[in-house]
Amino acid sequence: MSVRLRALAGYMLAAITVAPLVWLLVSVLKPADELFQVAVPSRLTLDNLLYVLTEVPIGRYMLNSAVVSVAVTVVALVLHSMAAYALARLRFPGRQVIFSVIVSTLLVSLPVILVPLFLVARQLGLLDTYAGLILPAIFHAFGIFLLRQYYLTIPRELEEAADLDGCGYFRRWWQVVVPLSRPILASLAVLFFLANWNAFLWPLTATREPDLRMVQVGIATLQGQYGSAWNYVLAATVVAAVPTLIAFVLGQRRLVEAIKTSGLK
Amino acid sequence: MPRCSDPLPACGARPAAPPVWTRRRREALAGYAFVAPDLIGLLIFVGLPMVLALGVSLFSVDGFGGYTFVGLDNFRQMAADAQLWQSVKVTLTYVVTFVPIGFVVSLGLALLVRDHFPGVGLVRTMFFLPHVISLVVVGVVWQFLLVDKQGAVPALLRPVGLGEVSFLGNPALALGSLVVISIWFLMGYQMLILLGGLKDIPKEYEEAARVDGATAWQRFRHVIWPLLRPTSFFVLVNSTVGAVTGLQAFDLVYVLTKGGPAGSTSTVVFYIYQQAFTFNNYGYAAALTTAVVAFLVVATGLMFGATKGGRFDVG
Repeated sequence: MSVRLRALAGYMLAAITVAPLVWLLVSVLKPADELFQVAVPSRLTLDNLLYVLTEVPIGRYMLNSAVVSVAVTVVALVLHSMAAYALARLRFPGRQVIFSVIVSTLLVSLPVILVPLFLVARQLGLLDTYAGLILPAIFHAFGIFLLRQYYLTIPRELEEAADLDGCGYFRRWWQVVVPLSRPILASLAVLFFLANWNAFLWPLTATREPDLRMVQVGIATLQGQYGSAWNYVLAATVVAAVPTLIAFVLGQRRLVEAIKTSGLK
Repeated sequence: MPRCSDPLPACGARPAAPPVWTRRRREALAGYAFVAPDLIGLLIFVGLPMVLALGVSLFSVDGFGGYTFVGLDNFRQMAADAQLWQSVKVTLTYVVTFVPIGFVVSLGLALLVRDHFPGVGLVRTMFFLPHVISLVVVGVVWQFLLVDKQGAVPALLRPVGLGEVSFLGNPALALGSLVVISIWFLMGYQMLILLGGLKDIPKEYEEAARVDGATAWQRFRHVIWPLLRPTSFFVLVNSTVGAVTGLQAFDLVYVLTKGGPAGSTSTVVFYIYQQAFTFNNYGYAAALTTAVVAFLVVATGLMFGATKGGRFDVG
């Protein structure tokens, strides 16, 4: 295919792909009675967005999501980096076994273990708590695995220099390895934040308390409550998608790198 | 800490080596300390649930956490559970349509945007955009677009006489809609991975084939495809596992159709969720979980064996 033809096909397919999202954005700005008209709206209005922001606790839902997503991302990055460093660099009996055990958990996705995980969380008193939303979301082998592969490529000499300077293992990790792995940590930060902001199944399962609703659960609840008041439901989805888009725009390159490497490893 | 066991030249100059085992022990202790938080977390929140599923599947559990031992009753119940087999059928139909079609679409997009053309970066971003949005938002948006008679899709299809078709209300079309929406959501992600694989193929190989007079199809068939196999394998396994047990098989179904109409979109993971959290049958749900895990282990083993781990070193 010639370049011009490929470009044309690319533009057209891309336009079709984003059309539903553009449609969503336009619809939110339409007056309620024109919502389903396939025509240029008679006027644009912010009424739908303002209603959702003032009459629905969407701010509360977003705050919950922000707290949980940031907490999970920060704690997960610290713990995964430590574990990955040990698995890549430190010699200790059972290291291979531990690594295999960790990697084998990659097979299991949340929907598969949802029911027993719920029973564990209930026994631990984690239901309807922030800890219950945060803790189970932290532990995922993917980040450990990716970081370990990265740490294997860091030259040993750098650490040995730190060793000669009298650094213990903790300082070697914190002052040598962590600064060197900033790019991949940034990639994973975008990935973890997005995954947790978009999380639905576990927050839905682990909480009944309306004050603990995360934003995706909030939208699904609105969808149930407001039934055919589509203008409000759509406005809520737009508001909820804004942080996602910001994170995506800021971290796009990092995110793309992380996804490409995850396919190659 | 001096370390004379190491071959570093600087170390040799150091005097007064302490016994080697101290250093080793220190390193091992540090190793365990570094791994412990993640390992314990994974054991509690992933390992324990897996083991527990097996244990709980032998009990009948009521909504208040009372356990009654019932032996293999939960597993016997499965055989006679028509709704379960319906959901197995739904899941299989979903997998055999979504996985291959999604793969072909993603690969097509990857090939289209592999080489530079003006605005190629923006085009790639636009393909990937649906994947950034949450599945809940995706579900809501498409439900809005597909609303019977009024939605944008029926409105656009009216000129060709399809405007009165009910996409989510008709059992035959609801699952098809789910497949299309899943592909729309996932294709940008798969495209990116395949793009990574394509970029790793040296241009010279294709150039050589071109010089030898190979057509575009021949270059794809005999140069690109064999070299792309490991990446393709990863994408296919990923999307199969995702289709059987992934979030899109739950989140999308939950928001879009709640499993209906007439159970036509009730996937296995959605059915397990309903058994546990709508009917409070935790024991039965745990038995279903055990069956799914067993199936996954066997299926992955088979796929791995059949494809030699996707490496295809031979041929």
